[in-house]
Amino acid sequence: MKYIRECFIIFGLTLAGEFLNKLLPLPVPAGVYGLFLLLVLLCGGILKLEQVEATGNFLLDIMPVMFVPASVGLLESMGDLQAILVPVVVISMVSTVIVMAVTGIVAEKMLGGKK
Amino acid sequence: MMNFVSESMYLGFVLSLGAYLAGVWLKKRLGWAVLNPLLTAVVLVIAVLLAFKIDYQTYNSSAQYISYLLTPATVCLAIPLYKQLELLKKNLVAVAVAITSGVAASAVSIFAMSLVFGLEHVHYVTILPKSITTAIGMGVSEEAGGIVTITVVCIIITGIFGNIMAEALFKWIRVKNPIAKGLALGTSAHAIGTAKALELGEIEGAMSSLSIAVAGLMTVVVVPLAAQLL
Repeated sequence: MKYIRECFIIFGLTLAGEFLNKLLPLPVPAGVYGLFLLLVLLCGGILKLEQVEATGNFLLDIMPVMFVPASVGLLESMGDLQAILVPVVVISMVSTVIVMAVTGIVAEKMLGGKK
Repeated sequence: MMNFVSESMYLGFVLSLGAYLAGVWLKKRLGWAVLNPLLTAVVLVIAVLLAFKIDYQTYNSSAQYISYLLTPATVCLAIPLYKQLELLKKNLVAVAVAITSGVAASAVSIFAMSLVFGLEHVHYVTILPKSITTAIGMGVSEEAGGIVTITVVCIIITGIFGNIMAEALFKWIRVKNPIAKGLALGTSAHAIGTAKALELGEIEGAMSSLSIAVAGLMTVVVVPLAAQLL
């Protein structure tokens, strides 16, 4: 029973997010709308953490596996990619390091030693 | 036998889970940071598909149900975020400035390297949204006139690479604060980076989840402006 209710809430919010994504002319994906909806409901006390936590933690736990199919799909894009493979890979990797370092250092400096 | 493989509704699903478990096992066994379970899983699945001549459609006909769970899982990122809400309120300015710097650094670094490689406009705008989550990135790329399939490739390379190198980078540049680590992972490597942040800890996971949404939305505004540069 518990899991039925939890799944109903989480998938219901996903559905609401999907609906907002179609309805509003903003480039916000369904998952991000759903995230904010859930956050608002939790903050407003309309939902309690216990009402979504078990299923939520299950989904977060298996989340890394969810990227496997799309990543394997890179095989399919190999044709389009060949001509610009080197710049694409180099730029993607180098700029990831730069963005991570800049964000991390700025945050670290601003937060100082406090936790 | 081949019939069974191409008609199975569970093969891709089980293969993906098994490959990930093998990745976790291998990392534990050898302890090398490059042996990221996600990367191992992708390589293993590709190897199996090639070895048994299974095409991607066959694999994906069942593996797609794993991908299907990604949107509800994204919704659930609100859970760690809610638990750390007080921490977020207390550090709101630092959080906002750090994510903004990251988004700006992304646009500037991609612009500079596109000049170095002499990329055409179409390829430049294709790569621009690479640090944000696929669902937003695809839309941004399309809007800017990029090649969406290649944008997805960039997003995934970014995510996996960010996930793999984060811990080493943080050590090297001496980023120790869990809030800073979370913001850096989410801003640079979206949801795949957030998977790593959740492994590091609850605060890291919460801040990374927040960064996916904030950096994603900022990038929507920044890309059309940055696109005019080249």
